[in-house]
Amino acid sequence: MEFHTSEALINSAYIIAAVLFILSLRGLSSQETARRGNLYGILGMAIAIGATLASNSGILHAVTIDGVEHRVAVGKFHYLVFGAIGGGAVIGAIMAARVGMTQMPELVALLHSFVGLAAVLVGYSLDLHALPPLSERIEIFIDVWIGAITLTGSILAFLKLRGSVSGKPLLLPMRHAINVALVIGSIIAAYVYCKDGTQYGLQFGTAIACVLGIHLVVAIGGADMPVVVSMLNSYSGWTAAAAGFMLNNDLLIITGALVGSSGAILSYIMCKAMNRSIWNVIFGGFGAAPPPTAKKAQQPAGEVQDIDAAALAEKLSEAKSVIIVPGYGMAVGRAQHAVRELTEVLRARGVNVRFAIHPVAGRLPGHMNVLLAEANVPYDIVLEMDEINADFPHTDVAMVIGANDIVNPAAEDDPTSPIAGMPVLQVWKSKLVIVNKRSRAAGYAGIDNPLFYKPVTRMLFGDAKDAVEKVVAALKAS
Amino acid sequence: MKLGIVKETRPEERRVAASPQVVGKWVKAGWEVVVEKGAGGDASYPDAQYEAAGATVVDRGDAWHADVVLKLRPPTVEGDACEADQMRDGATLVSYIFPSESPELVDKLAAKKLTVLAMDQVPRISRAQKMDALSSMANIAGYRAVIEAANRFGSFFTGQFTAAGKVPPAKVLIIGAGVAGLAALGAAKGLGAIVRAFDVRPAVEDQIKSLGGEFLTVSIQESGEGQGGYAKEMSKEFLEAEYALFRQQAKEVDIVITTALIPGRPAPKLWFADMVELMKPGSVIVDLAAERGGNCELTVPGEVTVHKGVTIVGYTDLASRMAHVASDLYGTNLLHLLDEMGGAKGHKVDHDNDAVRPALILEGGEKRWPPPKAPPKAEPPKVEAKPAAPPPKVEAPPQKLFHGHGGPAPKPPSRKVGIVMSVIGILAAIAFVCVRYLGTDGTHDVHTYQLLQHLTVFVMAIFVGFQVVWNVTPALHTPLMSVTNAISGIIVIGGLLNARGNYGLTNGVLVAIVATLFATINIAGGFLVTNRMLKMFRK
Repeated sequence: MEFHTSEALINSAYIIAAVLFILSLRGLSSQETARRGNLYGILGMAIAIGATLASNSGILHAVTIDGVEHRVAVGKFHYLVFGAIGGGAVIGAIMAARVGMTQMPELVALLHSFVGLAAVLVGYSLDLHALPPLSERIEIFIDVWIGAITLTGSILAFLKLRGSVSGKPLLLPMRHAINVALVIGSIIAAYVYCKDGTQYGLQFGTAIACVLGIHLVVAIGGADMPVVVSMLNSYSGWTAAAAGFMLNNDLLIITGALVGSSGAILSYIMCKAMNRSIWNVIFGGFGAAPPPTAKKAQQPAGEVQDIDAAALAEKLSEAKSVIIVPGYGMAVGRAQHAVRELTEVLRARGVNVRFAIHPVAGRLPGHMNVLLAEANVPYDIVLEMDEINADFPHTDVAMVIGANDIVNPAAEDDPTSPIAGMPVLQVWKSKLVIVNKRSRAAGYAGIDNPLFYKPVTRMLFGDAKDAVEKVVAALKAS
Repeated sequence: MKLGIVKETRPEERRVAASPQVVGKWVKAGWEVVVEKGAGGDASYPDAQYEAAGATVVDRGDAWHADVVLKLRPPTVEGDACEADQMRDGATLVSYIFPSESPELVDKLAAKKLTVLAMDQVPRISRAQKMDALSSMANIAGYRAVIEAANRFGSFFTGQFTAAGKVPPAKVLIIGAGVAGLAALGAAKGLGAIVRAFDVRPAVEDQIKSLGGEFLTVSIQESGEGQGGYAKEMSKEFLEAEYALFRQQAKEVDIVITTALIPGRPAPKLWFADMVELMKPGSVIVDLAAERGGNCELTVPGEVTVHKGVTIVGYTDLASRMAHVASDLYGTNLLHLLDEMGGAKGHKVDHDNDAVRPALILEGGEKRWPPPKAPPKAEPPKVEAKPAAPPPKVEAPPQKLFHGHGGPAPKPPSRKVGIVMSVIGILAAIAFVCVRYLGTDGTHDVHTYQLLQHLTVFVMAIFVGFQVVWNVTPALHTPLMSVTNAISGIIVIGGLLNARGNYGLTNGVLVAIVATLFATINIAGGFLVTNRMLKMFRK
């Protein structure tokens, strides 16, 4: 095995890049250091790409094993690659600049699919260069397989988040049998490909993985979407790590493993917050079907009582402390700026306004925090569920804006409820609960919410943005 | 269920276990409340107010005979007699107990088959804060310390310009920024003084600054041994640096308030006689640790002394000197505790309630203290310099020198998850090795060697990722995800490496170029969108 100086240099560059990536993740763990963390990430990526490109003139990998030369990737870069980098950067920048904060989940899901696609393509490329040895074929197959799952799973997640595909879980009959069949099919395909490099095997395996990716995500309901997105994030990391094994590249392995494990942890935290088993999410709604009796949940007793903007403004002007509970409806209605205005008006009057964020509010972990930050709500009044749940009994008005399942008392009271056991924000303990909703329909989990029928609850029907703006106007007029 | 509020019998104890306001809430919640005659007198709560709140004023014996007896100080023990002997067998007592210091009291209570909850053992977790009486009292003591100091200080706290000349503001040094220290800081600041606070925990810096104080600390970075900060034990170098800082401050400041306590041990001596002598005559020292021997060498517990013109206040009953508000806050703590135990209707001892369980000393006379160990807290992970270095160990937190709350601690990674992850990592490693061996006819070739190396790196990187990401604030989950997404665009390297060759645009190169394109979109999009998001976060 030859060892070139350029290889030593490139490896040191890779180590520096890996350290920068770790610092980047570390930096992202608190608001103060987050932006620096992002810069570290950019720097690491620039070093990694720069070092790779700088090796253009030298021979990079000329490894001879058993008299056969491997790593055909020797020689100059094709000039089009620079076009690809330039073009990709421009497209990415445009996408990042254009996306609205409410569409963030979609963008993240879409970007995941690109990682999956790139991994699949890299695997194919390596295969196309020359007939790889057996050991390498195994790695190619694994890389392509995980990449393909990430690709189709992310695209489907993207479509679901966009609303192009229904968010309702589609539970095929015998779906576990289907999963098992797909895995067995993959193993056969792997055998065919690995045995003598028949490309049909690889293609067949890719197709199966694509179907598997779709099947895993299609069975998951919209309310579980935050977990799915972070799960796919994890997959995109594993796929990069698999590519690292394939290309004997430590940087890819390290980075992939970092991303993979961080995504897995995020999913785990999400699952804990929703009181769901993580296996549920990985294997596509395993056992998620609620027991049939739960479907027939009894209609909660009581009447739904309305309130209008003027009456609410009056209540708010008398309140001393207000907690706002935002949910996906706020994101859909793009109401965050109106909510911030409401916050400012109330705070100017000396009302203690705070936000209570459920860990799975929205369609992406931390979704609400991002939206509120975009609207310039100071983050020190935005509190997590554990910090604020005990304060509801001392709260005059709890305003639920576009949230439903995360404030559903059935999770605590009704053991037959599909969301039984999930920790929820106990808004109903406050003196007055205002629920803003577009209509009387059930929430994402498709279950009725007894909160709406409680005597302390008043419904403020209408689009979140309109409704809140009306309240602000009424408050200013008073 | 009947609650009994009894009169405190220790001399100089002016507080009572609950104020009439709290009693009113209990009555409303369905408790029957009896109050010993004159119980609240010293705290300016006459019997009539308790009656107005719905309680019955009764004799001493009747109050002690309730189902749940509420008290502040531990029951007194004199020889064989104990105050709690007046209680019914099997009843419940809630008060300070200090079980580690008074085992004989615990034995006496056990003999009566009592259920006993110690207010001093309420855990210091955020969920239990509402019933943390030590914090409530420390808060009062901190405030009162400033008032005592101001009372004995011969000048203004706030600076003044008068026709007769300029008066500089008083300089106050607070040692230990726990609950009491921070309360003192706030009170002194409110009076207009310049306040400095010293603490060995760098984490409290923000709290001190948020109250307008100046943060003093000792950096022992230069003491060698890498491990910056105070973490383990206070080394000799550290203490010397600390004392040097104090000596220098002693010359400058007018008021010193010390609050340093180590749980279960005598208070550490920090302010020596020579430091007192360095201070200007007329200066005042208030030693909040006096009850445990004092932080100042010259403190006489319970008394006010003057040494070379410097007044040293060693009162041990600062909270009791504000009996009115102290009783109300203590009562509110009791109210929350009883609520946590199920209120008037569902009153019971729940072993699974981690906010109550640590306070349970006796249950029907059976000893329940100390409580079973909770899972150990983990130190916030440190980033290792090299990706392949072993992950930081999960260790018990360093013992705090000062007694007090920091902010809510980050949620500890559960050990279970760590174990599960390592098992998965090792299994994956074994699986890979097996597959590779099959692939190479079981011979040890270069590939196998490389693979093992890669696996090591892989497993290590998983651990580093696990350690680094665990403590991320939920608010940052979305940016974290988009940054990891951008980073996973590192797959671009794979595209690049394959987009080279000496045969022009072969299929392989073409496919690799497309891969590069998509990976780059991902990188640029991911980083830029993260940047956009992070720009929006403001305080």
